[in-house]
Amino acid sequence: MTGHVHRDDFGSRLGMWLFLVTEMVLFGGLFIGYSYMRYRYPAEFHHGGAELNATLGIINTLVLLTSSLTVVLAIVAVQRAEKKRAMAFLGTTLVLGVVFLVIKSFEWGAKFHHGLYPNSAHLATLPPGEQVFFGLYFTMTGLHGLHVIAGLSVLGVMLWWVATDRIRADRYVHLENGGLYWHLVDVIWIFLLPLFYLAA
Amino acid sequence: MSTHASTAQPSYLVDTGARKGLMAWLTTTDHKRIGLLYLYSMITFFFVGVGIGFVMRLVQLTSFQKLITAQTYNALFTVHGVIMIFLFVVPGLPAIFGNFFLPILIGAKDVSFPRLNLASWYFFIAGAILAVLSLFTGGGAPDTGWTFYAPFSLKTGTNVSLAVFAAFVLGFSSMLTGINFITTIHRLRAPGMKWFRMPLFCWALYSTAWIQLLATPIVAITLVLVILERFFGIGIFDPAKGGDPLLYQHLFWIYSHPAVYIMILPAMGAITEILPTFTKRPIFGYKAIAFSSMSIAAVGSLVWAHHMFTSGMSATANMVFSLLTMVVAVPSAIKVFNWVSTLYKGSIDFQPPLLFTLTFIFLFCIGGLTGVMQGALALNIHIHDTYFIVGHFHYVMFGGTGMALFAALLYWFPKMWGKMYSKKAIYASWFPMFIGFNMLYFGMMILGMMGMPRRYYVHLPQFHTMHVVATVGSWLLILGLIMFFGTLLYAIFKGEKAGDNPWGGVTLEWTIPSPPPLENFEEIPTVTHGPYHFEQQEAK
Amino acid sequence: MTEHTAHTADHGEAHAEHPGYGTFIKVWVALLILTGCLVGVSHLGQTAAVWGLLTLTPLKAALVFYYFMHLKYEGPLFKIVVLVTLGTLLIFFALLFSDVAFR
Repeated sequence: MTGHVHRDDFGSRLGMWLFLVTEMVLFGGLFIGYSYMRYRYPAEFHHGGAELNATLGIINTLVLLTSSLTVVLAIVAVQRAEKKRAMAFLGTTLVLGVVFLVIKSFEWGAKFHHGLYPNSAHLATLPPGEQVFFGLYFTMTGLHGLHVIAGLSVLGVMLWWVATDRIRADRYVHLENGGLYWHLVDVIWIFLLPLFYLAA
Repeated sequence: MSTHASTAQPSYLVDTGARKGLMAWLTTTDHKRIGLLYLYSMITFFFVGVGIGFVMRLVQLTSFQKLITAQTYNALFTVHGVIMIFLFVVPGLPAIFGNFFLPILIGAKDVSFPRLNLASWYFFIAGAILAVLSLFTGGGAPDTGWTFYAPFSLKTGTNVSLAVFAAFVLGFSSMLTGINFITTIHRLRAPGMKWFRMPLFCWALYSTAWIQLLATPIVAITLVLVILERFFGIGIFDPAKGGDPLLYQHLFWIYSHPAVYIMILPAMGAITEILPTFTKRPIFGYKAIAFSSMSIAAVGSLVWAHHMFTSGMSATANMVFSLLTMVVAVPSAIKVFNWVSTLYKGSIDFQPPLLFTLTFIFLFCIGGLTGVMQGALALNIHIHDTYFIVGHFHYVMFGGTGMALFAALLYWFPKMWGKMYSKKAIYASWFPMFIGFNMLYFGMMILGMMGMPRRYYVHLPQFHTMHVVATVGSWLLILGLIMFFGTLLYAIFKGEKAGDNPWGGVTLEWTIPSPPPLENFEEIPTVTHGPYHFEQQEAK
Repeated sequence: MTEHTAHTADHGEAHAEHPGYGTFIKVWVALLILTGCLVGVSHLGQTAAVWGLLTLTPLKAALVFYYFMHLKYEGPLFKIVVLVTLGTLLIFFALLFSDVAFR
């Protein structure tokens, strides 16, 4: 059945961008909720932000920015038919993505250790605004983390396809689309960093 | 414009692939078959919803409440709303007729992403199954109303989490369909099919798809927050933890009001297709209708908080949203004027699709104008959460979208199955449907004006007479529905053969055989003129 | 039929000029510098932090969109799609604050 549909790279990229629209609006809803709550509880959000480990947040930003770079370099490599280099770039992205998740899990672990998680006894003693702050922190970074995992899975498949020549110099729209997704995940983190870690 | 059927390709209803029968349907990527899959599943859900509505009316009729408990009644109106909105009215026209006819109308062989299209249907079915499961598992059927308002939805012991997740999955299906349609319209128009040569149904689908993309994710994230709240207590909507239920209402209606336009825009589009065919003249004001579709989509996304005038919003917001609500009536009215002007001096051929089209215009006007009334702040306070609201939105959703869906079904039926139904039986079904409809929902509006609150299990004696009227109306309505769908079902199997072009339409779907062949067009047509080009026909 | 012409141009894309490694590495350096500025500004006090957030963050996002996500090299359609999305979110935000800010 699909045989009669001609190949349309522009169409696939358009479809991907439209999907990214839904992702932007999805997180956009959370950002709107964040600003709503921050407007109501400016002092509590300030205080809550001070509890977060800004250094880890900044390191993670650098990790993700670099992983974004390597994806886009992988596309250049594929365009130039430099297969090994493309695989090396994509592999770097995957490693950096995992590093991001590991750092994130240490960060979350520390928060749990201090009793700063939703429904904890300690959090219930804090002022309401801070409870909301941590609720948003876990929701937004958690949802972002899920997107990182999804992005890693997609890029893992892309690496496999580059290795097996399903993605090559004359046919790489899938890699472009996978890259687009990964960049969007990066952009979301670009916003999360100042909203949570640098707010203090 | 040949009218003889081409024998070169078999119809899409004939299995040509390796798989036969049911499996061939369940694995199909043909947009026409997917359209039918949606149709059959949705009509099933529709009748389940109708059945629940019937029981609710019985409860109000007896007023002894022997029939069911108050808790069950809460579950009934919740499930009725969830089924009718998420499983029928929101996906209805785009998923059925959009899938079936969008590619044909623009001269394409399929949508841009056929496999994604099938995946959307599976998401739809998965969502439907989850919704049904939520009734029987966990703490029992959700009792929050279809709006899932916090904080009650966070605290109730019923199975809200699963129902909410079902709505999330259905939203996903709706977004994927939207992505598919936008890409298809951008990429697969036949040579010469310029934007302003597209049939207006395509414009309506295009506007709708944009709302689906820009609004649905907001409700998706809101529902995720409700689930997270129920499982982990993140506190964003919970006032005890500093959260704000009003934020829930905002986020919920940012999607759910535009959802009303997701429901009505494709309906308006279908009506716009039907009118020129039965008046044998081009639609009046093509561009005005195309742009009003886009502006309804745009302005309709900015009026959500008119559901919240009594919730304790700021006075500023009340005024802003009241104004915007009235503004959105303008493009809707433009469409009505265009439809009526199209009828003027047309050579009217009074067939069943036109009857239901005119019914749509009549009922939609009542629904739309009562909507403008509610945009007025002072009146809104009086009728908020009364039966007036229930009556109003049934006029829009059922009288509007529902009747348009019936009209579209009647219009395209001969194309979809290649059979013709008994027109007399359809006329006969219209009378009980129309009379019953108005008794039921106009009765509700009167009840609301008198002060009957919605979602109440019992009512005071002074409301009883109107409740009896409404309940009897519901019986007539259901009788009409059964006659209507019975006629169509009979026609699928035993109907007479319809020609390729029984109505004398001039858009592309009438240039191909009925039922259409697998790949729609033997040769992709080249389009040289606008969609409603009747001069040619008259010259013949 | 601008898109169909874009479409035919699309097939010839494989031979067209693509940006090289250098461009993207420069953008990456710019992103790192901007991140540094953002961190630096956030230490200057609350007002500076908020202004830094409001200006530098969208700038970073724009760089990623424009170069990494290839918007620079695409036709107008994708740019319009992104702008419509961001515009919609901005309007949602503004209307929501017509409630919150005046309560």
